[in-house]
Amino acid sequence: MDKDFAARRRRDLIIAAALAAIAALTPLFVKDVVVQNIMILTLMYAGLSQSWNILSGYCGQISLGHALYFGLGAYTTELLFTKFGVLPWFGMLAGGVVSALIAMGLGYPFFRLRGHYFVIATIVIAEIGLLLFHNWEWAGAAMGITIPIRGDSWLKFQFLRTKLPYFYFALALCCLAWFVTWWLENSKWGFWWRAVKDNPEAAESLGVDVFNSKMGAAAVSAFLVAVGGSFYAQFVSYIDPESVMGFQFSLLMALPAVLGGIGTLWGPVLGAAILIPLTELTRFKFGGSGRGVDLIVYGTLIVLISLALPRGLLSLFSRPKKTGVAR
Amino acid sequence: MTALLETRGVWQRFGGLVANSDVSISVGRGEIVGLIGPNGAGKSTLFNLIAGVLPPTQGSILFDGEDVTRMPAAVRCQRGIGRTFQVVKSFETMTVIDNVIVGALVRNTVMREARRKAHEVLEFTGLAARADVLASDLVPAEKRRLEVARALATEPKLLLLDEVLTGLTPTEAQTGVALVRKVRDAGITVLMVEHVMEIVMPLVDRAIVLDLGKVLVEGKPTEVVRDPKVIKAYLGDRHAVGA
Amino acid sequence: MGLLYGLIAVGLALIFGLMDVTNFAHGEFLMIAMYLSFFLFAFFAIDPLLSAPLVAAALFIFGAVIYLLLVRFAMRAKANAGMVQIFTTFGLAIVMRGLAQYFFTPDYRSIPQSWLGGKTISVGGIFLPEPQLVGALVSIAAFAALYFFIHRTDFGRAIEATREDPGAVALVGIDKNRVFAFGWGLGAALVGLAGAIMAVFFYIYPDVGASFALIAYVTVALGGFGSVFGAFAGGIIVGLVEAVTALVLPPSLKSVGIYSVYLLVVFIRPRGLFGSM
Repeated sequence: MDKDFAARRRRDLIIAAALAAIAALTPLFVKDVVVQNIMILTLMYAGLSQSWNILSGYCGQISLGHALYFGLGAYTTELLFTKFGVLPWFGMLAGGVVSALIAMGLGYPFFRLRGHYFVIATIVIAEIGLLLFHNWEWAGAAMGITIPIRGDSWLKFQFLRTKLPYFYFALALCCLAWFVTWWLENSKWGFWWRAVKDNPEAAESLGVDVFNSKMGAAAVSAFLVAVGGSFYAQFVSYIDPESVMGFQFSLLMALPAVLGGIGTLWGPVLGAAILIPLTELTRFKFGGSGRGVDLIVYGTLIVLISLALPRGLLSLFSRPKKTGVAR
Repeated sequence: MTALLETRGVWQRFGGLVANSDVSISVGRGEIVGLIGPNGAGKSTLFNLIAGVLPPTQGSILFDGEDVTRMPAAVRCQRGIGRTFQVVKSFETMTVIDNVIVGALVRNTVMREARRKAHEVLEFTGLAARADVLASDLVPAEKRRLEVARALATEPKLLLLDEVLTGLTPTEAQTGVALVRKVRDAGITVLMVEHVMEIVMPLVDRAIVLDLGKVLVEGKPTEVVRDPKVIKAYLGDRHAVGA
Repeated sequence: MGLLYGLIAVGLALIFGLMDVTNFAHGEFLMIAMYLSFFLFAFFAIDPLLSAPLVAAALFIFGAVIYLLLVRFAMRAKANAGMVQIFTTFGLAIVMRGLAQYFFTPDYRSIPQSWLGGKTISVGGIFLPEPQLVGALVSIAAFAALYFFIHRTDFGRAIEATREDPGAVALVGIDKNRVFAFGWGLGAALVGLAGAIMAVFFYIYPDVGASFALIAYVTVALGGFGSVFGAFAGGIIVGLVEAVTALVLPPSLKSVGIYSVYLLVVFIRPRGLFGSM
């Protein structure tokens, strides 16, 4: 039994390493900038969704306000860079820490709420953040911040002539989020989270610190998402409140995990690998008309997948229940 | 030797309703004690007070020489009180072994050890063959057993069982009775709430009968069953209903 | 204005609160209603005030059909029922927005020169804009009717009973799908009514629903799920808070007031003001 389990863990790790290696080699063959762009976004959303999945999938606290942390990561980095000349690498770290602290601060009142009340509170707090940034003159208000171009440099993490560094960073972020999930899944925290999601009262009776479990999940999740936001800001080199804190980011973080398989190790990656290219392709193919065909195609897909596979695409691959976990 | 668990003058009121009034009971080390009484006698409330779901309105609860009256449930679990739920509360999306690992993590910080402990407990409770099945796929009797297994994995000194034998077929109940004896033989004190007397009486060392929120009688099961007050309060109205 | 929020919200409260189904496409229902009322005006010169019952009726059918075609299946999901509902209705919302863009173009439209548009009426020396006033009156009437319907008629009670125990009501011969389809229809009809009135004084464009949907959610949650009266009270509070914030904060921050009040209320009462769930 134990051997099976250890073998499965090792297998997951090997598959992940292999996939990462293949992904790392793709730029050798794929020179098309549009395609590279899609790959970068796919990796980024895979990482973001993986991070969202920690709080919402494993710990069961459905957040539709993660755009707040994404935006905070982006803004912290760029404000530190443009106002104080702090290098983006430190800004990234700072953004992560700020977001994790805010997530924990919000946790005190929020984690008393249940069900719809919690979900709506997360949406509302992200909207408040959005509106505040909209009106914050020092942070550029509605105009946003344009990141000054200082030439290609790893130090300042900006590149005009090539997208490759961004690609490798997005890949690293995705791998990091995956690895953190993999590692936590078989830790006290991972077990506590799943117990809290399934039945908080029973968890409590087994010595689980329910409140701190949620806090831990929120902090890890917010930190990683903020790093993603900070990356995105460098990648697009211009941010304004809507483009980094809008509600659509909250949904785009949740969707891959939900479509792939919420609360699973591979769900977010699988979901992102299918969803993001599809989104970009429909936008590319039909979006130009400005007549909403991309929206129709995209929306129909979401409806069909949600209805047909409530456990996510991953459930197609899982073995029969009798032999083990559906992972 | 002092009692493992003691309640001193415990009261619990819900608005105008008095669920427990001045309840003082004690459970000695190594005993199997049955907490019985008709519906609405306040058994479940007392049970929840001991498990730490809510603090009593008045009175105190002592466990292993320590006042635990205001301690939250999770901390009581660390101190050595394990419990099951009358309405089973399995972690439905997790496998049987994973359910038990959650309990085992209280005393084992290293995953490998928690997992080994969980396997031991599954072996002990006869669920080993079902280790990798999702909890939601278990039959009701197995779910009850999983509740016990999960609680045992926390290595309790006192195990609180809430109607674990009720609603089982006679064969299943027999297996359950055997398991409770095995638990006691492993050195764990058991306090069990049961509604149906016939099942528990042969099993317990001592019975405490609650009625209308108060302790009515306590003593050896054979004496309790013959006590006219018990027959009147409990069996009496059951016979009346039955007839 | 608060009463109109209340009307949108009460439609949502019916669907979301009484039946416990998430509907992320509620704002798009509103959008459709506004377009309907616009086209009835543009092509047939029917004033929005007259067409309101027509729009409500059309939305009733629309809501019931959506339930039967989509939501019924989302509710039956074996796993993650909550997420399936969220994303099914969210997908629906995107499709509806796309369709609106396709057929109606993304242009902003408005209804000029309706009976009520831009006129004001003087009540005791205070000038009130007529459309809002009529909106308020219609809302109050609709609330009263709905309240009566939910609490005094068998059908209203059937909705509540069906949510609580679909198995039991099946035993007494109530068809869950019929009851819920009716509930969805009714919820949509109320939004239809609100949309028809709002068409008079708001621009109409494919994304218009989104801006109202969140406020509707907040209104329902503020009042507490499962309570029609709560949604009504929530609507009034939201309207008042909006008016007060407009006095102290710049217009772009007006929603912050509403959101903060929501957070404050649920921190003190985690189930909203009148919630039972």
